[in-house]
Amino acid sequence: MKLRINGTERDFQGDGETPLLWVLRDELNLTGTKYGCGQAQCGACTVHMNGKPIRSCITPVNAITDQSITTIEEQNSPTISAVRDAWINAQVAQCGYCQPGQVMSAAALLSATPKPTDAQINAAMSGNICRCATYARIRAAIHAAAEDLGGQA
Amino acid sequence: MNGPIENFSRRDFLKTSSAGAAGLLLGVHFTSHGAAPASASSAAAFVPNAFVKIGIDSRVTVIAKHIEFGQGVFTGLATLIADELDADWQQINVQGAPANGELYGNLNWGKSQGTGGSSSINNAYTQMRRAGASARAMLINAAAKQWQVPATEITVDDGVIAHRSGLHARFGELAKAAAEESIPKNVTLKDPAQFKLIGKDLPRVDVVEKTLGTATYTQDLKMPGMKIAVVAHPPLYGAKVDSFDASTVAKMPGIERVFSIGDGVAIVGASFWQVNKARAALEVSWDNSNAYTASSAKIFKEYRELANDPGVVGRLEGDPDAAFENAAQIVEASYEFPFLAHASMEPMNCVVRLSKKQCEMWYGAQSISRDQRAAAAELGLAIEQVTINMLYAGGSFGRRASIKSDYPLEALKIAQQLPEGTPLKLVWTREDDMRAGFFRPLNYHALKAGLDADGNLIAWQHRMVGQTIFGDGNSVDVSIGEGATTLPYAIDNLRVDAHIPKLPVPVLWWRSVGHSQNGHSTESFIDELAHAAGRDPLAFRLDLLKHEPRYTGVLKLAAEKAGWEKPLAKGKGRGIAVQRAFKTYIAEVAEVSVAEDGSFSVDRVTVAVDCGLAINPSIIEAQMQSGIGYGLSAARFGAITLKDGYVEQGNFDGYRVLRINEMPEIDVHIVPSSEHPTGVGEPGTAPIAPAVANALFAATGQRYRNLPLG
Repeated sequence: MKLRINGTERDFQGDGETPLLWVLRDELNLTGTKYGCGQAQCGACTVHMNGKPIRSCITPVNAITDQSITTIEEQNSPTISAVRDAWINAQVAQCGYCQPGQVMSAAALLSATPKPTDAQINAAMSGNICRCATYARIRAAIHAAAEDLGGQA
Repeated sequence: MNGPIENFSRRDFLKTSSAGAAGLLLGVHFTSHGAAPASASSAAAFVPNAFVKIGIDSRVTVIAKHIEFGQGVFTGLATLIADELDADWQQINVQGAPANGELYGNLNWGKSQGTGGSSSINNAYTQMRRAGASARAMLINAAAKQWQVPATEITVDDGVIAHRSGLHARFGELAKAAAEESIPKNVTLKDPAQFKLIGKDLPRVDVVEKTLGTATYTQDLKMPGMKIAVVAHPPLYGAKVDSFDASTVAKMPGIERVFSIGDGVAIVGASFWQVNKARAALEVSWDNSNAYTASSAKIFKEYRELANDPGVVGRLEGDPDAAFENAAQIVEASYEFPFLAHASMEPMNCVVRLSKKQCEMWYGAQSISRDQRAAAAELGLAIEQVTINMLYAGGSFGRRASIKSDYPLEALKIAQQLPEGTPLKLVWTREDDMRAGFFRPLNYHALKAGLDADGNLIAWQHRMVGQTIFGDGNSVDVSIGEGATTLPYAIDNLRVDAHIPKLPVPVLWWRSVGHSQNGHSTESFIDELAHAAGRDPLAFRLDLLKHEPRYTGVLKLAAEKAGWEKPLAKGKGRGIAVQRAFKTYIAEVAEVSVAEDGSFSVDRVTVAVDCGLAINPSIIEAQMQSGIGYGLSAARFGAITLKDGYVEQGNFDGYRVLRINEMPEIDVHIVPSSEHPTGVGEPGTAPIAPAVANALFAATGQRYRNLPLG
């Protein structure tokens, strides 16, 4: 089946019920997207489908064949780039394992809501667990990225 | 059957990992770009010691003997070296050290290599500075010879070696010559006033790749021909495999081998998803004849009964029994602590490759020497035949310092059944991780105190019931006693004792270890006593800590910054707690809001920390936030419960953890200090539960003693 990942067509021959997460990681070598729970509980596997955040660990790959998928490896998105830059400036990462998922959730938030309030950040980001509890810097980085993007992501 | 997929990055990995001895040092920096940094792939021209390598490109590679799993130690260790070396921070990169206890032992533990007890910066502070200073001296001596000038006239600044005549060179230009210099016997370390990097908010060395998703965790490691294994683990502790029918899953796509490893059934195949699917379909019959089938409620009941009688004494001062007789007022309280899982974001996993004479391992290795010994014993190899490559770990919080090397040994048991040289990755799911045990021990604490007619604390008794992590159960070892036997309050009559039952539930250190329960029971109880004495909880503590300036220092600072004296609106409360954990002093003031239905939020936490000399304030701030967030998660929600021996939680739906909307505002204040630096990874966790519980009392008049608080 044909997949569209980060603007490139990719081919996958295998079990269509395989979650997108494992196709990305094991077949397409896009290992930035992480496994954390397998049940859409933690958000470490967050990617975008047509710009909206989805949990790739519970999304069968045959459900997204006609969709545009974006992962943390995407290099051509100004919003994702701005979020990554803000993350680095704010020194968010500790163990770092959840951060690609956090970045993707934050980028999706800023695409939909260019100037999010703290309440909107809570609503958009509470599906992403960070066991290092980097939440304060995540919040600061989202505000900084919003500022950077001029509130028009 | 799907074969292993060859691709660019796998070939790249093989190329770098087989590049001779240098490959063994490739702890962490082979990224998904497949590119190792220049100084890692090219032979370093100047290797003055086990911790520093300098290439002709002037790249300085710091070899970190401690694992980086979030606490910032790669950055901290590199800072110590870079400052004494007078390097430019931009020229520094860091690799994890290979397993070698002789070279890379934790100096607080002798020659055992490992990370824990918030000891990394504390043990390595002088060692790393010497390593940097020694390299600097050799570069200067090489320059002096080459330039024909006295060494004393040469300066080093921001990675440039210079003489006032205008001669100057970058490290790389002198690297080969420096390698010919003899290693200085003595080096002069900087006066702290000369520090250029220590004490600054330097950016973390790992932050970029972790943000881009290119950092390599065990989960991400791939090698040609690699097989993936999952294990059907017994659902009860102590159960063994009775029988299973491999034929039901053997024909499923990608499945190559299904076999018993005694306390589990291994399923080996081409990809995680395939072996995991097969595991779900595999029916295993378990031999439960020696399985543990108790429930948490029953354990608590037994523990409460045990607490009626005296236990083995951990500390005794004066005559507590006589003092209780004379007391005008007796206060008693008990505190219950459930089992807790560590639940790091990356579940446990391990990559191994075996040959007859060599065992290679790649994973987030925390207790490196212990795991190396365990692997050698399992395989009948000499220690030197076991190489361990330390990768980034997606959190640990104590779990990866497995006292039984449980998951590395599980990987080795499986790999021994595979053809020689087959790389194998053992993958645990979240459920495997959460149900495997190695929990924080379930605890029951009973405390009793006597006050005289003036409200003075004259007697204290603290009785603990809980498993030991590493002791023999015949004495109050550190894992049980820390925070309790080390109670700092000046009390003339004091007894700390413990019952230490043996349970088949594996237990382990959990961020801040004994402090995580003893901090809660002692700091909650001292708060109760303050109220019983009609005293302010801060003033009551300060009176009992007159001989402890570093305790009172953090208490006063936290209280001042939190506005301790300022009244709060109805429904709000403020609570304070203090702890000395792993040589670091820390006080926290929590502010809570309680709604009419009893639900509450933790709005703000003010922290004062005295960790000696602050190496990197930004990382210290991050570790305080992290420790508090982790501790608050457990204080509010954390509980692993057994029902007839079965762990009732398996994922984050049942084992709730703190999310961004529940994170308080945290203000961190670092006490200026020139004392030898101490750890910051764990201490922040210990005082948060009692600070919140005490704040809830202030808000409601109700005591919240048992964890989780809700």
